[in-house]
Parts: sequence; C-alpha cells; structure tokens
Amino acid sequence: MGALQSQSDHHEYVDLAQKTGFSFEQIGVLHKRFKQLSHDEETLRRDHFNEIPDLACNPIRAQIIGAFFDRRNYRQNSEGTVEEIDFENFLVVMSHFRPPSLHLTEEQRDNVRREKLRFLFNMHDTDNDGTITLEEYRHVVEELLSRSGALGKETAKSIADAAMLEVASISMGHMEPDEFYEGITFEHFFKLLKGFEIESKMNIHFWNMDTSTLCK
Amino acid sequence: MPLRTGSAGFGRSLPERGLLLLVVLVVLEGFFLPHGAASSPDVSHQENLDNHREADVGHNFTKKAFPVLSLDYHHIQTPFEISLWVLLASLMKLGFHLIPRLSGIVPESCLLIVVGLLVGGLIKLAGEEVPPVLDSRLFFQCLLPPIILDAGYFLPIRPFMENLGTILMFAVVGTLWNAFFIGGLLYAVCQIQPANPSDLHQLELLPCLLFASIISAVDPVAVLAVFEEIHINELLHILVFGESLLNDAVTVVLYHLFEEYAGVGTVTVMDCFLGVISFLVVALGGVLVGAIYGILSAFTSRFTSHTRVIEPLFVFVYSYMAYLSAEMFHLSGIMALIACGAVMRPYVEANISHKSHTTIKYFLKMWSSVSETLIFIFLGVATVDGPHSWNWTFVTVTVILCLVARVMGVVGLTFVINKFRIVKLTTKDQFIIAYGGLRGAIAFSLGFLLKKEHFPMREMFLTAIITVIFFTVFVQGMTIKPLVELLAVKKKQEAKRSINEEIHTQFLDHLLTGIEDICGHYGHHHWKDKLNRFNKKYVKKCLIAGERSKEPQLIAFYHKMEMKQAIELVASGGGVKLPSAMPSTVSMQNIQPKKPPIAKSAERALPQLTRGREEEIRKILRSNLQRTRQRLRSYNRHTLVVDPYEDGFNELLIKKQKMIDLEKKIKEMNNYLTVPAAPPDSPTMCRARLAQVNASVSVSAKCRHSISTAILLSGRDTDFKPAQQQKGNRICEDPQAYSMKPASGNVPSIQVDLASPQSPESVNVIDEFRRANREEDDQGLVMRPRHRPGGPNKKTEEEGDTAKDQQKLMRCLSDPGPSAEDDEDEDEPFLP
Repeated sequence: MGALQSQSDHHEYVDLAQKTGFSFEQIGVLHKRFKQLSHDEETLRRDHFNEIPDLACNPIRAQIIGAFFDRRNYRQNSEGTVEEIDFENFLVVMSHFRPPSLHLTEEQRDNVRREKLRFLFNMHDTDNDGTITLEEYRHVVEELLSRSGALGKETAKSIADAAMLEVASISMGHMEPDEFYEGITFEHFFKLLKGFEIESKMNIHFWNMDTSTLCK
Repeated sequence: MPLRTGSAGFGRSLPERGLLLLVVLVVLEGFFLPHGAASSPDVSHQENLDNHREADVGHNFTKKAFPVLSLDYHHIQTPFEISLWVLLASLMKLGFHLIPRLSGIVPESCLLIVVGLLVGGLIKLAGEEVPPVLDSRLFFQCLLPPIILDAGYFLPIRPFMENLGTILMFAVVGTLWNAFFIGGLLYAVCQIQPANPSDLHQLELLPCLLFASIISAVDPVAVLAVFEEIHINELLHILVFGESLLNDAVTVVLYHLFEEYAGVGTVTVMDCFLGVISFLVVALGGVLVGAIYGILSAFTSRFTSHTRVIEPLFVFVYSYMAYLSAEMFHLSGIMALIACGAVMRPYVEANISHKSHTTIKYFLKMWSSVSETLIFIFLGVATVDGPHSWNWTFVTVTVILCLVARVMGVVGLTFVINKFRIVKLTTKDQFIIAYGGLRGAIAFSLGFLLKKEHFPMREMFLTAIITVIFFTVFVQGMTIKPLVELLAVKKKQEAKRSINEEIHTQFLDHLLTGIEDICGHYGHHHWKDKLNRFNKKYVKKCLIAGERSKEPQLIAFYHKMEMKQAIELVASGGGVKLPSAMPSTVSMQNIQPKKPPIAKSAERALPQLTRGREEEIRKILRSNLQRTRQRLRSYNRHTLVVDPYEDGFNELLIKKQKMIDLEKKIKEMNNYLTVPAAPPDSPTMCRARLAQVNASVSVSAKCRHSISTAILLSGRDTDFKPAQQQKGNRICEDPQAYSMKPASGNVPSIQVDLASPQSPESVNVIDEFRRANREEDDQGLVMRPRHRPGGPNKKTEEEGDTAKDQQKLMRCLSDPGPSAEDDEDEDEPFLP
C-alpha cells in the first residue's frame, strides 16, 4: 500500500527510514496502524494502548506499554517518561524489534545484541538506576506469572530469588560470604544472556503489506 | 569380565584388547551363524543322535532310554539368532567406544557397516546362505519405529515449530525436486548411451522416477547417527533432521504412485492430481492418526497414578499402535510416530512419575541405539549378500546427480526461504544442509521391496542405492566433521538452560506477542500465544491429572530444576562433595530475613549477636531442615513404592547427606551472620545480598575438597591463635583464603568486605549446631573463639604448626584458580 501514500508523506518517510532502518512500505503500514490506534490523532497516549483488545490478556502488558513511553528507548542518555508519543518515537521503539540484516560482522552483531538487551534491561530496570535489583526482578517474574493466580504469586518470589542467585554466581563467580550483590548491572545482564542469542530471537516480522485490516 | 577391566584400565593394552575382542566376536559370530543360517550342522547332530538312539533301540527292544540330554536347536533358533544379532550389535558398539581414537575419527555408522561387511563375508566364506537380514518387513516393523519414536518423543518442539516452514519446504519441495531432477536426467542419460546398446536403453521413465524417488529422500537414521556426533548448532540440526523426518510422506506417496503406474506405463494429469491429494491424505492422515493416539496416551496416563510400574508401557504401546495404524492405511507411519510422540510428551511427562520418565528415556535411547546399530550392520551384511549388477554409467551418474540435485535444491530453496525468514540462512548453513543430506537404510529397504517381475533392473537399482548410501555415509559422513570445524560453523551450546534464560524466553514470548498485537498483524507469536492459551484452558485440564494442569511453564521448569537438584544431592552420595548448584530455596531462606537492609546493617554492626537474633537464626535453621525434609518427601512421593527398604535406605542417605550439607551451609551462613560488619560508610550496599552462601559454594567441584580442607585448617589455626579473632577485629593483615577473583574486581557495584571466612565460627559452629540440637542452654552462636577439648577433627594435636604456614597452606588449598573462576558462559552454570 506504500505506493498509495501521498508524496509529502514520502518525504517524511525518507527521514524516518534512515533513522529507524524500516523500509517505506513498512513505515507506511506502521503509520496506518498508528493512525488507527490513535483515532487519527498525532500522538498516542496510554489509553490508546489499553484499548487494544489483543493486548488485554498479555501478562506483561503494563511493561510493554511502559516501554513505549520510556525516554531511554528513544535515544541514549535521556531518561524519564513521557505522556504521549508521536509517530517517530513509536517507530523508534518498534525498530528495536527489527531483524538484523544477513551479513553482520562480529562487532555489528555485538552491537545489535547490546541494543536489544538494553531494551529488555530498561524494561526491567524500572527506577532507572542502572541495576536490576531483587525487587525489580521479582516484580518481573510476578508479572510474568500474574495470569496463574495465587499459585504463581508464591513461586514467583522463589523463582526470582533463584534467578538472582544464579546471576550473582555467574557474574561474580565466587563471593565472599559477606559481600553483597546489589543487583544486575547491564554488563552482567549482557554476560548473563550472552548464550541466549537475543539477536536472533527478539525480532518480529514487519510486513510490507497492510494486514491491519484483519485485526481488531 | 575382560570388558570390565578393559573399560576401567587406561593402559596401553586397551586398543589391542579391544581389537582382540572384536576379532573374537566376529569369529564367534561367524562360527555361530552357520548354525542359525541353514541349520545344517545341527541336522547332522540330530542324525547322530538318532543313530545313537537306533543303536540303543537295537540293544533293548522294550523301552527307549530316557534322553538325558538332547539337542533341539530348531526349537529356539529364531529367538536365539535374534539375540545373537542384538548381542553382536551391542558388543560392537561397546567395542568402538573402548578404542578412544577410532571413534573420534570415523563415525560409528561407517564402522558398523564395515563390521556388517565382515560378518557377511565370514558367513559367505563359511559357505552358508546369508540370511535376508534387512528384510523390509523386519526393517519397517521392528527396527525403524524405535528410532523414530525416540526422535519424535524427544523432538525439540520449539525450534521445530519455529522453523516448520523451512523444514516443510526442504522436505516437500526439496524432495520432489530431487526426485524429478534425478529421475528425469537419469532417464535422459540412459537414452543417450552412444553406440553401445546396453540394457540401460530399455529403462523407461517411470522406473527411473521411482528409483529417483527412493534415492532422493534424506534418511533420518543416517542423519541422526552422523549429526549426533558432530554437535552442530540447534538450527542446522533441526533443519536437516526435520527434513529427513517429514520427507517420509513425500517418499511414500511417490513410491506408491510410481510403483502403481510403472506396470501401466502411462500417467495422466488426473493421476498427478490424485497424487497431490494422496500426498495430503498421507501426510495429514499420518499426523492425525499420531495425534489421536498421542492424546489417548496422554489421557490414559492421567489415571496411572496407582500403577506406576506400567506407565512407560503405555507410551511405547500407543506409539507403536499409531505407527502400525498409519501403515495399515499406507499413511506415513513416520509422521504418525513423530506426531504421537510430540503430542503426548508434555502431558505424559506431567502425569507420570519421575522414575517412569527416566525409564521411558532410557528404554527409548536403548532401543533406538540398538536398532540403529543393527540397521547399519545389516546394511553391511546385505551388501555382501545381495545379487549385484554393477553398471558403471548408471552408478556414477546416480551419485553425481544426487549431489548436484541436492546442492541445487538447497541453494534454490534457501533463496526463496530467506525472503521469509527472520534469521537468514548463511552460505555456510546452506553448505552444511546440502552436505548433511545423507541417504540410508530406508532407501535400501524400499528398493528391496521392488518386485523383480515389474522391475527387471531391480538388482542394478539396489546396487546403485547401496553405492549412494555408502558414498554419503562414508565420504560425507566422515568429512562433515572436519568440514564443520574448518568452516567454524556454530556448535551446539553444551550449557543447560538456566533459569534466567527460561525467564527471558517467557518474557520475550509475551513481549513479542504484545508488539505484534500493537503492530496490528497476526504473526507467528500471536498464533502461538492463542494456541498456548487454548492448551492451558482446555486441553491441559482434560489430559493432566491434579494440580499440575494449572502450572505455568516457568513454574514447571522451576520445579523440574529443584527436582534435579534434589536428585543430584542424593546421587552425590556419601562424600562431602556438594552439588555445584545450591538448592535455591535453602540459600534464599538464609538470605530472606536480611531483607530490610538498613536496620539489619545496624544490627550487623554489633560485634556480638543478641539473644533474639540468635534465636531467629536457629529458627531459620530448623525451618530449613524441615523444609528440606518436606521437599525430599515430595520427591519420594513420585517414586515407586515397590521396595520400601530401598526407599527407606534412600531417605536415610538423603538425610545423612542433607545433614552434612546443612552443616556446611550453616557454617557459612553463620560466618556471614556473625562476621564483623561492613565498613560503616557503606550502609546502602547491603541490599539484596545474595550469593554469599551460594557463591562460596559455587566454586568448581575440584576446589571443593580443598576448600573444606582449608576450613578445617583454618579451624585449627584459629584455635591456635585466638587473640587474632577478637570481636570486630577485621583481619586485614591476613590475606584472604577465599581471594576475590580478579575478574570481578572491576565491577563497581560489588562491595568486598574483607572479613575472613576463616574466622573461628566457620568451624566452631558445626559443633555449635550439633550441641544446639542436644542441649538447650548453650551460649549460642558466639563470636568468641572456643577452646574446645576435641575440635572438629582429630588433627588438633598438630596445632603446633606455625600460623603463618597454616595460612599459606590455606591460601594454596582454597585458591580456586583462574580456570575455575573466570565467568565465561561455560563456567559452572547454575544447573550443572
């Protein structure tokens, strides 16, 4: 449907395409979706996201929506949250999920991995102090298990604890009995999920065609 | 017995011994088999006996002597021979792994084929008729199902489903392409035979296509045998292996189609259309049959909680019935088995006991490995046996065409597939996929099924098939390992899944689903999420008994992990050796009460514990003990209760082990609790002070003993010099026995408190704790060093050593060393 876009739109897209790496068609499709979500307004607010019916049963909905309004995900060295986002920021957040290109040097791959992990890290690190503390991690796991009722609540805690212990043992190796593990720093997080191959997993397929008419 | 010693010893005589064993076995087999094969010697035995008897009868007419010993080989011939073959196969497998270098160079499959050739040759030399070992009936009904079930039951579903499109593309389109390309070109080559009017001219198109459809399918048995050894990364493994499994449907349809029409000679468009329909019916029908049996099996396993012993049987029998039912309708039996195994597994695993699960695992592995071994040996034997008709042109052209078609197919299909894939297949990947297209015994068995009257060229076909199999298994199978290393193709990660990865897998699933929903298109993740939800809501309730049906995946994973640790705890036996991963609940319990950080740090600053605090600690310890027992009981609940003694014994063992562990932990924990406080200028750092218990234990197993020794030594040491251990006295001048590893030194957020682990409490508390259990009024866990009369070990009389020496020794012993400590990924995962 990109061909149907008006000329002026196209100029705008060149800019965005350079910034985010999406193709014109993809930007067109996403723009359409943006308009659909925002009811033809220029900006998106949290309520708009809350209206998406498919998202309603997602256990980590709050975190996903939060990520869209988190300044850290737009560019580096900024923090805080915003109340509404324009299309550009929407696109920038989306671009974290763009699949990497086929030919990457080891360094580029590392960068992609770092960038994607940073996004995840920011989602966990809610107070933006550079570490994921035990409370924050527990919160993540609790949210993950929030759909499974009381049963989940109890176990979530011990799972998060076990996971935190694991992080400590992996990233610190061996600690003195009286050392304290403050929380997961990004470097530890990076090291922890090194074998996870995030660059091949945290991707979704952005269609060139417009399929949004199929969705609610 | 020689086997035992052979496997135990590492002497130079080992290879020779292994070889000797092999030779003896082969000779034995050659000696025994003639009996089985034609049973002529034993007929003569029989005659001898009869003669004897007649002589007896001649002597006294009234009554036959009761035959004290008689020989009736016929009676047991078949099972005896089967056992002999299985024994031969198992011993061969054993033999190869006794020779260390050999199995590193040559794949097992090649060696087994060679053994088969030797055995076949010996049988032939003995002048006997070679038994038709690779009979199609035997192959498809007995040998193949275990291998496929093993593959299906342990199919890594996640990567399989994620790459299903690619796999199907390779399996269906790729195989079709191979069949028609090879068949067509083969026919063309046969026709352009120059002046030389050989029999190749008589070859028609349809037999050519039939032959090509047999030879073009990648064989799961061969692929498994080779790919298991090269440890390739998961993606490539599942692509090649998945293709070999799913192309069965194509092969079955093409085979029946061409076999049907080879007699008639013409194929109409209608027949092609019917062929396509038939393909869908065969593939989907197979999956459907498998899924039905799988669900039945899962449903049955819901009610087996009182008869644990026969649980594994249901899995095997239902799967085999699925296979047979599918074969009955000429549906794809392989796909039925795969579907059955994959469908039933999650539910069955949740229902059955842990022991049953182990049984299933081992039975499947055992059966499939014996089957595999037998198949390769039989392939060798059948090669010797078969009536061959070697035709240079036909064979060479076939081999070359197979290679060319495979490469072209893979490259062409990848070009198309890469447009849709998120993770693109690189050139290296394509090469390995093309090169991993091994052919195997299924092709041979299908060729064996051809009828001589319809296909006069059957022998030539068989010869060509065998040649292609040998070429792929020997040449490609042997070179693929060096090539993988040469190309630096990514290998499989050995490390097990850690809980963090599991959390993030789940997290990513939900995140990607959410993003897809926001983007407004329904992709892979969306449908997976829908399916998961459906599964959780309806299917699990029906198929899984009790509470476990509501268990989310993450919790299930966590429980599994805990279970594994419990088992390791038991398995680690009498030694003081701890499992490298601490049971997380226990160490967390230790950490829990220190949650409110500021208050505790103030308290910790006190040099001596208050009585209340002390009580608290004791309570934690006790609750720990109870919790452990509870956990162990819940573990035991799953076990078979057939042998109460065994269980009792196990429990005893566990308890004993647990006590040892607990003491060790208590020692460490108290050490932590009672050591002097952190420097007062950093009160904030005591948040989430994890890992102190865990980390001190998570040094590698090698160092563990040395550490415990060091602790003992330190005990002596401190007994000797109590003055050093005054309250609040941080032994800064004393370099740490547990030295921080350098790698973590640059991490800013970690505060290193230089309190010593060799403070006296680290040892004294053991006694302390023991006493605490006995008498109520002890002084508690005090900081004061105790002058015990006995000490924890009997070596206290050696206290005369100088403290300096002790410390040095201690440092040497407890230094984990750099190799054990660098925090690479391969370093000591949380779960071993």
